[in-house]
Amino acid sequence: MIGNPLAAIGRVVLDTLSSIGFATRSFFGLLQVSPGAMRRPSLISEQIHFIGNHSLVIIIVSGLFVGMVLGLQGYITLTPYGAEQKLGQVVALALVRELGPVVTALLFAGRAGTSLTAQIGLMKAGEQLSAMEMMAINPIQRVLAPRFWAGVIAMPVLGTIFSAVGVLGGYLVGVQLIGVDEGAFWSQMQANVDVRADVLNGVLKSFVFGIAVTFTALFQGYHADPTPEDVSRATTRTVVIASLMVWGLDFVMTALMFNK
Amino acid sequence: MSNLVEIRDLQFAYGERVILSNLRMDFPRGKVVAVMGGSGCGKTTVLRLIGGQIRPNKGEVKVGGEVVHQLDTDGLYRLRRKMGMLFQFGALFTDLTVFDNVAFPLREHTDLPEELIRDLVLLKLNAVGLRNAHRLKPAEISGGMARRVAVARAIALDPELIMYDEPFAGLDPISMGVTANLIRKLNDALGSTSILVSHDVHECFSIADFVYFMSAGKIVAQGTPAELRVSLDPYVKQFVNAEADGPVPFDYPGKALADDLGLGARA
Repeated sequence: MIGNPLAAIGRVVLDTLSSIGFATRSFFGLLQVSPGAMRRPSLISEQIHFIGNHSLVIIIVSGLFVGMVLGLQGYITLTPYGAEQKLGQVVALALVRELGPVVTALLFAGRAGTSLTAQIGLMKAGEQLSAMEMMAINPIQRVLAPRFWAGVIAMPVLGTIFSAVGVLGGYLVGVQLIGVDEGAFWSQMQANVDVRADVLNGVLKSFVFGIAVTFTALFQGYHADPTPEDVSRATTRTVVIASLMVWGLDFVMTALMFNK
Repeated sequence: MSNLVEIRDLQFAYGERVILSNLRMDFPRGKVVAVMGGSGCGKTTVLRLIGGQIRPNKGEVKVGGEVVHQLDTDGLYRLRRKMGMLFQFGALFTDLTVFDNVAFPLREHTDLPEELIRDLVLLKLNAVGLRNAHRLKPAEISGGMARRVAVARAIALDPELIMYDEPFAGLDPISMGVTANLIRKLNDALGSTSILVSHDVHECFSIADFVYFMSAGKIVAQGTPAELRVSLDPYVKQFVNAEADGPVPFDYPGKALADDLGLGARA
């Protein structure tokens, strides 16, 4: 039987709004218990080690290759205009403004986000979170908040590393391999990359992506049904939702930051 | 003797599905009380209501004179510090060692120096016979041992009330006997009150002071193990003697087999 299409649309809209409302409440609930987690910095540093260190290899390797590709493509594109001297500027701006924060966030969602979702989901399935509650310990404060702040702190650091390694990759291909003038490469970069407008805005983007991706991962894990099927679905949802949020937020922030 | 836990006119439902109705139970201080019944009869739900993990639709659960569902979060957490709970599969933290699992509530709730925590943890582990396994991870020990570590963790803060959810499920006969004796000994040594949710007749009857039998969310029989052994109540008889059919039907309710096989018209 085909139902009333208007009612179906209304139901989807209501469900979506209710999910967004629930996620928002959960987010503020997480912020509310954060001071308690902040009082134990060792829990956060432990998680920074887990989340950050384990993502480091993929971030460095990806950053290097993205920078190398940028160096190559930039050279090919700029040469017809005799502007290959601008290669350093192009590579650096592309990395610090966009590719660094965005690609790092996407890699982070795939590497650390899925791991967080699965970890929390399995803790729930194994009744570890219920056991904690029965020990009069708030699992949101003890388990979720340290992981959240670790992700928020780790993301800008990883984004910065990605950009720095990417610039190095661009230099290796552009200067060492193709032969662009080394002085021009670095001086153009130095002259045209602004610390506040470009680098800090990029770091700010990473910080916002850190909030979005880490919260999505934790939320999906915490609210997954305690079954293998739903935990696996939750890890997939983490990647899909976090990636879409990164693209959406990136567009909004780019429009706000670089719209002159 | 006063009751540590009192349940009065308790009703609980998941949506339209009624799980518990008109429940009245007493758990006297210092006693081991078993709550028995078939799977899905609402035994674990009783524990979750006592622990304040869910709220009743009607009636009340009092622990130490406080109505659990009327407490705010701080009050509930304060009350839970007097409780210890053993989950069905132990619910040990898999990333921590046996030692750190038992130390967990001590580190979270006290400011005791690490040396004292070490001594306390080793004493608790000694009580469950696993002092020498303190360096192992939960993945490196058997299910029965994990259950005993979880018992040590549940008693880490010397709780007034210890709740055991199916402590014998999946254990071999030796581990089962060890666990049963442990529950009784710990209860008497700590002067606490124990609530034991299980469907294992032999072990429960050997250690419990009082037994409640539940079926379909209601109390259908109660008494001391000695009284229940000679009970003529059909439900108790079926359960104690492990009979396949009786007041608890073997078949899931629904259509008759003849109808499913299309033989209804011929009959």
